[in-house]
Amino acid sequence: MSEPVKDTSGGSPFLDVRDLRIHFPTDDGLVRSVDGLSFTLERGRTLGIVGESGSGKSVTSLGILGLHHRRNARVSGEIWLDGKELVGADPDDVRRLRGRHMAMIFQDPLSSMHPFYTIGAQIIEAYRIHNAVSKKVARKHAIDMLGRVGIPTPDKRVDDYPHQFSGGMRQRAMIAMALSCDPELLIADEPTTALDVTVQAQILDLLRDLQREFDSAIIMITHDLGVVAELADDVLVMYGGRCVEYGAVDDMFHRPLHPYTWGLLGSMPRLDRARTERLMPVKGAPPSLINLPSGCAFHPRCAYADRTGGRSQTEVPELRVEPETTHRAACHLDVAERRRVWETEIGPKL
Amino acid sequence: METDAVKAAEPAAPAASPAPGGGEGPLLEVTGLRKYFPVHAGLMRRQVATVKAVDGVSFSVDRGRTLGLVGESGCGKTTTGRMIMRLEDPTAGSIRFEGREIATLRQSRLRPLRRDIQMIFQDPYSSLNPRKTVGSIVGAPFHLQDIKTEHGVKRAVQELLELVGLNPEHYNRYPHEFSGGQRQRIGIARTLALKPKLIVADEPVSALDVSIQAQVVNLLEDLQNELGLTYVVIAHDLSVVRHISDRVAVMYLGRIVEIADQADLYTRPKHPYTKALLSAVPVPDPAARDGRERIRLTGDVPSPLNPPPGCPFHPRCWKAQDRCKVEEPALADEAGGTPGHAVACHFPEPAPEAAPVP
Ligand SMILES: Nc1ncnc2c1ncn2[C@@H]1O[C@H](COP(=O)(O)OP(=O)(O)OP(=O)(O)O)[C@@H](O)[C@H]1O
Ligand SMILES: Nc1ncnc2c1ncn2[C@@H]1O[C@H](COP(=O)(O)OP(=O)(O)OP(=O)(O)O)[C@@H](O)[C@H]1O
Ligand code: SF4
Ligand code: SF4
Ligand SMILES: [Mg+2]
Ligand SMILES: [Mg+2]
Repeated sequence: MSEPVKDTSGGSPFLDVRDLRIHFPTDDGLVRSVDGLSFTLERGRTLGIVGESGSGKSVTSLGILGLHHRRNARVSGEIWLDGKELVGADPDDVRRLRGRHMAMIFQDPLSSMHPFYTIGAQIIEAYRIHNAVSKKVARKHAIDMLGRVGIPTPDKRVDDYPHQFSGGMRQRAMIAMALSCDPELLIADEPTTALDVTVQAQILDLLRDLQREFDSAIIMITHDLGVVAELADDVLVMYGGRCVEYGAVDDMFHRPLHPYTWGLLGSMPRLDRARTERLMPVKGAPPSLINLPSGCAFHPRCAYADRTGGRSQTEVPELRVEPETTHRAACHLDVAERRRVWETEIGPKL
Repeated sequence: METDAVKAAEPAAPAASPAPGGGEGPLLEVTGLRKYFPVHAGLMRRQVATVKAVDGVSFSVDRGRTLGLVGESGCGKTTTGRMIMRLEDPTAGSIRFEGREIATLRQSRLRPLRRDIQMIFQDPYSSLNPRKTVGSIVGAPFHLQDIKTEHGVKRAVQELLELVGLNPEHYNRYPHEFSGGQRQRIGIARTLALKPKLIVADEPVSALDVSIQAQVVNLLEDLQNELGLTYVVIAHDLSVVRHISDRVAVMYLGRIVEIADQADLYTRPKHPYTKALLSAVPVPDPAARDGRERIRLTGDVPSPLNPPPGCPFHPRCWKAQDRCKVEEPALADEAGGTPGHAVACHFPEPAPEAAPVP
């Protein structure tokens, strides 16, 4: 038997998602929100997930936490957390893992907070489910946590109701709730979009502290590529329910190898560059997940689709490790050609 | 019926002559705006304190222009927007729209205003009724304001859906079937239905991925050019604000602490808080991770329940002097500074050395 030492290289990864599929049957057809997603994450590391809005990022995270109703969602594949498989597990077992071992900061703080209970009551309840402490101790802990996420005069505001908090304060209260149990796996879905940048910096520091203190694994879902650049070790780019590019953060920003990722980097207004007259979004509309375009789902919007001898339109590109790297991309275009395009056409314009 | 009066006021043609009473002045002029919320506690829910959410805000926005509103979360941006919309009654102050005072207008007189001023909300989840289809959500303003459309409401709605980058086939779907970003576009489509003159956009793109964010920013700019729309854009993303705004106001604890033209504010910030904000913007370059000079704000986050005396920023300001603790700095143009660049600070940051004139 192997020792439970923290040697992650040999053993299985802390989080191992394999060929995850999450489909929703609807009146209009089957929505393939997540369609064959695989990735791994070790403790103490941060994975940034970026991608098209509607590409399945939130659905993935809810899937890991076992929060989809089995009635509405068809979930298949495997999710291994610390040696336990969750997709096939008893929902009650998964529920017990939530809070203690894994927690989530939701994209949408209002719907995950109960409007009729005070902020404090909700944090206290969440904390006491997993910690046998008195109400008084839990309340003190709640006030502490509210203070740590930067709520002013937390001892007074702990008894406020969610509607009395500003958007950003609600978000911080939610972060306090999620962090109150020091989770081993933290999934943060757009945790800082509602916050001003100074508070954002403070929350990012808090996440780094948490990670250092408890060796937590963090999945950071965000549209803010700046946040990804600051926090993530690895980055996964999603498009149409699939992963199109996956690699180390440096490669993703300095040597990206997928045309969609190029589009993301090009659409972003940047304070570290001169102001441009017009932003350059990826043209076209996001794909329908019911009728995903044939071949590469990105092909109707891709400027290079006609350079692949028709394969972009007919053949789903596999996520492959690019030669001489650890970087993965799903694209038919010859990798040497992609490197050339990035180095000569795209990179210099950013 | 009351609706007749509304119908008579046909949607103004894009290039209409200046509206009556509007003249050449600003479309929106806000002076000394305040909003205080009571805080209740205990079994009897007695009022124990007051949240000074907005505490004396003044600014104006010219027709066809964009004012960006940024600042600390909880500093009163949304509340300011809601007062302009008259979703919240101001505690004090004046709001002039096309030269007309609307701060004190009775609710029953607000209907025409509801058409001229629209809001895009921060939270695309709670602002959409989960039991209504996308079609009826985006079409609701037509019915509420009893507006005639050329080819029927359905067609008009589908055009709006396309305009914001949604698929017309989404007409019969429900909000929960959409992602955060898609829902925000539904909200924008609904906002545009009535061809408003002023749009207060509260975090309009923060839920969107950067690509669609860029599309929406471009869309907002196109609509502004085509329809002469005026925007107040509330956002945390300082790079988006720089891109979209003509003028930018920085708020802190219910007040504006700096306001200037976009280029001035970003290249020559004068208020220490503005400087701290700009330094905290994450840089999308992992190589820049360690080498950056970020101003970390220390000290307690202030509370609008008991704002500090003097300058509201003094407990966290690294430049604070005794004077700052007792005397509140007024928002004013600096003597000798760029006209229109106002700052509320006793010791504003010096402008960088003027570039040599070629
Ligand atoms: N219960 C559901 N029924 C049907 N479709 C759903 C359901 N939940 C999500 N979807 C669809 O699944 C897709 C992925 O949604 P998801 O919320 O994961 O997107 P996302 O990547 O998080 O986007 P965003 O960045 O906008 O938050 C969307 O197209 C959405 O419409
Ligand atoms: N109905 C209310 N009752 C009591 N306090 C309120 C109410 N609405 C807002 N507040 C308080 O007023 C202050 C300003 O809130 P507001 O929502 O305007 O902030 P904001 O600048 O929009 O913040 P954010 O960037 O986080 O959205 C906050 O302290 C908030 O808690
Ligand atoms: S596979 Fe073809 S369409 Fe897809 S990203 Fe590569 S070049 Fe573009
Ligand atoms: S007035 Fe004083 S405390 Fe306030 S921002 Fe200026 S220097 Fe800082
Ligand atoms: Mg999401
Ligand atoms: Mg707000």
